[in-house]
Amino acid sequence: MYSNAYIFRYASIMVILVAAVLSAAAMLLKPLQQRNEAVDKMQSILSAAGIHDVAAEDAIRIFNENITNMIVIDNKGNVVDDYTGEGKEKSRAFRINLKDELYKKSQNRDFELAMYVINLNGELIYIIPLRGVGLWGPVWGNIALKDDFNTVVGVTFGHKSETPGLGAEIETPIFEDQFPGKTLFDEQGTFKSIRVIKGGVANLPSAAQLHAVDAITGGTITSNGVGDMLKNVLESYEPYFKNQG
Amino acid sequence: MSTAKQEKEPLFSPKNKKLLTSPINLNNPITVQVLGICSALAVTAKLKPAFVMAVSVVVVTALANVIISMLRNGIPPRIRIIVQLVVIAALVILVDQVLKAFVYDVSKQLSVFVGLIITNCIIMGRLEAFAMGNKVWPSLLDGIGNGLGYGLILLIVGFVRELFGSGTLWGYNVIPAGAFEIGYMNNGFMILPPMALIIVGIIIWIQRSKNPELFEEN
Repeated sequence: MYSNAYIFRYASIMVILVAAVLSAAAMLLKPLQQRNEAVDKMQSILSAAGIHDVAAEDAIRIFNENITNMIVIDNKGNVVDDYTGEGKEKSRAFRINLKDELYKKSQNRDFELAMYVINLNGELIYIIPLRGVGLWGPVWGNIALKDDFNTVVGVTFGHKSETPGLGAEIETPIFEDQFPGKTLFDEQGTFKSIRVIKGGVANLPSAAQLHAVDAITGGTITSNGVGDMLKNVLESYEPYFKNQG
Repeated sequence: MSTAKQEKEPLFSPKNKKLLTSPINLNNPITVQVLGICSALAVTAKLKPAFVMAVSVVVVTALANVIISMLRNGIPPRIRIIVQLVVIAALVILVDQVLKAFVYDVSKQLSVFVGLIITNCIIMGRLEAFAMGNKVWPSLLDGIGNGLGYGLILLIVGFVRELFGSGTLWGYNVIPAGAFEIGYMNNGFMILPPMALIIVGIIIWIQRSKNPELFEEN
């Protein structure tokens, strides 16, 4: 029979050993993991601007070749940081944690936002990272705008755990291809965002059709989440857009 | 001297071979013992995640069996389940970290299910039933065998579901475009978890009808 002291010793040593092994593994693998996350983010940013299917090995090179500016703005629309050098994955704009910044926004505190500028065949395209909530977990994405800060060039969406076949359809081309050509502002310059609506865009008055896309059947809460995400994030950029216009 | 040599069991004696092969068919953890069904439903919509899950489980069952078998004489019986859990959890976290570092896209697809290997009752079952009472080498074989038996079923289910549900295998299109033009459609039902249960049921049916040993007396 084992004594209590033996059991305690055994458990303590085991726990300390396991903790040491796991911490060592986490520290050793961290650089690789962070690189993978950065590559994934870059692929998504490039894809929103229309550069699809970038291989993971080339992502950092292609990202640095194409992206010209990494901009950080504050909530009053002022440019805080504008990085144009090499190694854009280390820039301040790339490292901004949108989740934290949106939390600050919800608390009415000052916050900062990122924006990536890409020069595609002489045309400047502005890419804005998005983040919101779906039904089961976070949803995120990127939206690319023309230099009028109004017309959408493209979007990509992603999600953590939306229902396959329903909410998860937001990351399919069927949903994403509705966005190019839509506009954020109406003719009077009022911010309209892009709504994700039930009942069919085709049934709306023609002026409103530019500010709406069809929701996903059976994915109401995810669709609403995407609509809220677009409005919540893009309205924060409105002061900046106004400053530029 | 010579007698000692005779007593030493060869590495792949018939008994040891059986440890490796019996879980693949007659004592399969999924179809015969009906363990580990939850993850079999969750990760088999596509072949690639099913394969990575299978490899991960083989690694975890084999290593956990070896470690527990090495420790088996020192583990206090009163806390043996906790010790087993710590070993499994540590290995699963390691696997998860390695996947995140080297195959990020697959790790994204598997998401929470890698963590759920911890709750896969096959692993704990083998530790408690086998590794606690056997030497290191048989335990390694038993772990690999059970992992392979689990993985085999995962791959079969993943193959059927991806082929008929998405029209692809390992992400590549295999159904010719012409078939879609004449009215062939992917079966969306295959993507959903219940279909995995039905396929596992069909596998069990076929296996039992071929193996009279598995007939149950009513």
